[in-house]
Amino acid sequence: MNKLKRYAGIIWIILGPLAIHYLMATAESEIAKKPVIDTQIQWGVFLTIFYPIVIGFILFGLYALEGNYDHIPESSAEIDDYDVKPL
Amino acid sequence: MNNNETKGIWKIIGASSLGTLIEWYDFYIFGSLATVIANQFFPKTNPTAALLSTLATFAAGFIVRPFGALVFGRLGDLIGRKHTFLLTLVLMGGSTFLIGCVPSYESIGFLAPILVLVLRLLQGLALGGEYGGAATYVAEHSPNHRRGYFTSWIQTTATLGLFISLGVILLTRHSLDADAAKSIAKFNDWGWRIPFLLSAVLVVVSIYIRLKMQESPLFSKLKAEGKTSSNPLKESFAHKANLKMVLLALFGATMGQGVIWYTGQFYAQSFIENVCKVDFDQSRTMIIWGILFATPFFVVWGSLSDKIGRKWIMIIGMLIAVVSYKYLFTQILNITDAKTKVEIVDKREVKPMLSLIKNSADSLRKVVTKTYYEDGMKLVETKTDTVYSTIGKKTIKPVVSVAKTLGDSDYWKIVGIVFILIFYVTMVYGPIAAFLVELFPTKIRYTSMSLPYHIGNGVFGGLTPFIATLFTTIYTNDKTVGLMYPIVIATLCCVIGALYIRNRIDPEVAGV
Repeated sequence: MNKLKRYAGIIWIILGPLAIHYLMATAESEIAKKPVIDTQIQWGVFLTIFYPIVIGFILFGLYALEGNYDHIPESSAEIDDYDVKPL
Repeated sequence: MNNNETKGIWKIIGASSLGTLIEWYDFYIFGSLATVIANQFFPKTNPTAALLSTLATFAAGFIVRPFGALVFGRLGDLIGRKHTFLLTLVLMGGSTFLIGCVPSYESIGFLAPILVLVLRLLQGLALGGEYGGAATYVAEHSPNHRRGYFTSWIQTTATLGLFISLGVILLTRHSLDADAAKSIAKFNDWGWRIPFLLSAVLVVVSIYIRLKMQESPLFSKLKAEGKTSSNPLKESFAHKANLKMVLLALFGATMGQGVIWYTGQFYAQSFIENVCKVDFDQSRTMIIWGILFATPFFVVWGSLSDKIGRKWIMIIGMLIAVVSYKYLFTQILNITDAKTKVEIVDKREVKPMLSLIKNSADSLRKVVTKTYYEDGMKLVETKTDTVYSTIGKKTIKPVVSVAKTLGDSDYWKIVGIVFILIFYVTMVYGPIAAFLVELFPTKIRYTSMSLPYHIGNGVFGGLTPFIATLFTTIYTNDKTVGLMYPIVIATLCCVIGALYIRNRIDPEVAGV
C-alpha cells in the first residue's frame, strides 16, 4: 500500500503542470472570445486563486513520493509530537 | 454523559448552530437575489458598475472566504473560539443589514455599487471565519465517542441556511400585494430589502445567546497552561507535519465535498431553471422539499461515523454521486422535455401585444403562447421583437423566454431526484466536521481546518455553477456536459481520500 501511495505521488506531480496548462489555455481562449474587462477580471481571479492551489497539489504529490504519507498520524495530538520541523 | 452534561452540550450546539445558520442565510440571500441586486446597484449600461458586480460575485466567494479563514482562524487560535466567532457573527449580520439599507444606484450613483461591493467582501470574510470556529467549538465540547453526531448538527446549518433564504425570498415575493404580478414588481423594486433587514433581528438574538456561552474547555485549558500557539499561521502551514495534513484534508476530502455540495443544491437548481426552463417558483420549491426530506441524514451519517469511521461514508458518498450524476440529471431533462408530452391542442392560447416604444415610431411586439399538456404541464413562451416603422427592416433574433410549470406527478419525480442529490451531500458533508477537527491539534485547529474547508467548499465548490455553465457554452451538443467538472474533481478526491486517509476515529482531540 505504501508503494502505491508513493507511486501515485508521481501522478499528482504531473497533474499539477497539466492543470496549469489547461487553465492558461482556457483563459486565453475565453478572453480572446470575449475580450472585455469582465472576462479578464473573472479569469484573473481564477488564475490568482488556482496557482497556489496547483502548487499545493504538486507539493502534495512530492510529499507522497517522499513517503510522508506512509504513516498517517493516529490522532491529532501525534502531529505535535513528531517531526515538527519548519520547512 | 450525565443529564447536566447532556443539557450543556445541547445548549452549545443550539447556540453555535443558530449563529452559523444565520451566517449561511446571510451569505446565500445575496447569491439568490443576485439578479435583483444587479438591477438596483450594478446597471449593465454602465461598464464600471458591471465590473464591480463581477468583483462582488467572484472575489467574495473565491478570494475573501479563504482569506477570512486565515484571519479569523489565527485569531481563534490566539484569543479563543468564543470571541472570534462572536466577531464573525457581528460582521456578517452588520454587513447583511447594511446591504438592505444602501440606497440604489439611481439615488446615490457610484457610491451604491462600491458600498455593496465592500459589504459583500465583509460577508465573505466573516463566513471564512465562522464555520471553523463553530465546528471546533462544538467538537471540543463533545465526548470522543459522539463527536461525529454532535458536530453533524453544525453540518445541517449550511443547507438549512439555503432552505431559509429560499423560503424567506419566496414568501416575501408573494406577500407584498394580493395581485401576484404586482407583488413580484414590488419585491423587485424595494421588497428584496426585507430578507436583508430581517437578518438584524436574527443576529441580535444569536449574539445574545452566544454571549452567554463559555470558552471551549480545551482551549481554556491550553490558555491556562500557557500552551497556546504564538504564531498559528506559521505552525499550521510552515511545519511539514501539519502542512501535509492540511493538503490531505483539501485534496482528499474538502475538494470533493465542495463540488458535491454545490452540484446537489446550487447547480441542480440552476439546471432545473435555466436548462430545463422550469419556472422560478417551482425550481426553488423543488430544492426546498429536497432539503427538507434529506436534512435529517446529516445527523444519521454523522452519528454512524462515530461507529464505523468518517472516511468510507464520505468516499462512498462521492463515489455513488460521480457514478450516478449523469443519469439523474438526464432524467430531469427527460421529465421536463415537452417533446415527450401530449399537447391538449384545444387549450392553446396565443396572445399578441403591441406597444409603442417611447420617442420612436417603432413598436415592441410581444407574443405570449400558453401550451397545455395532458400530464398537467403548462408551457409559457414569450417572444419579444421590434416592429420597425422602416419598411423591410426586421428584428434579426427575437428574444424568446420559456417557463414551464410541471404537473404534480413530474414535480414530485424531480423532488425525488433532488432528494437523492442532497442525500449524497449529507453523506459527504455530515461527518466532515469531526474528520477535520480530528486531523489537527487544539492549539492550531481553528486555523488549520478553516483554510482547507474554505478552499474546498468556497473555491472548488463555489466555482461549480460557473464552470459547469462554461462547459455548456463550449460543448453545446450535450446539456449535461457541465457535470464533467464535479465528476472529475470528486473522482480525483475520491481516489486520494481512499488511498491516503485513515479511517480511524481520533480517541482524543485534546492534544496540544
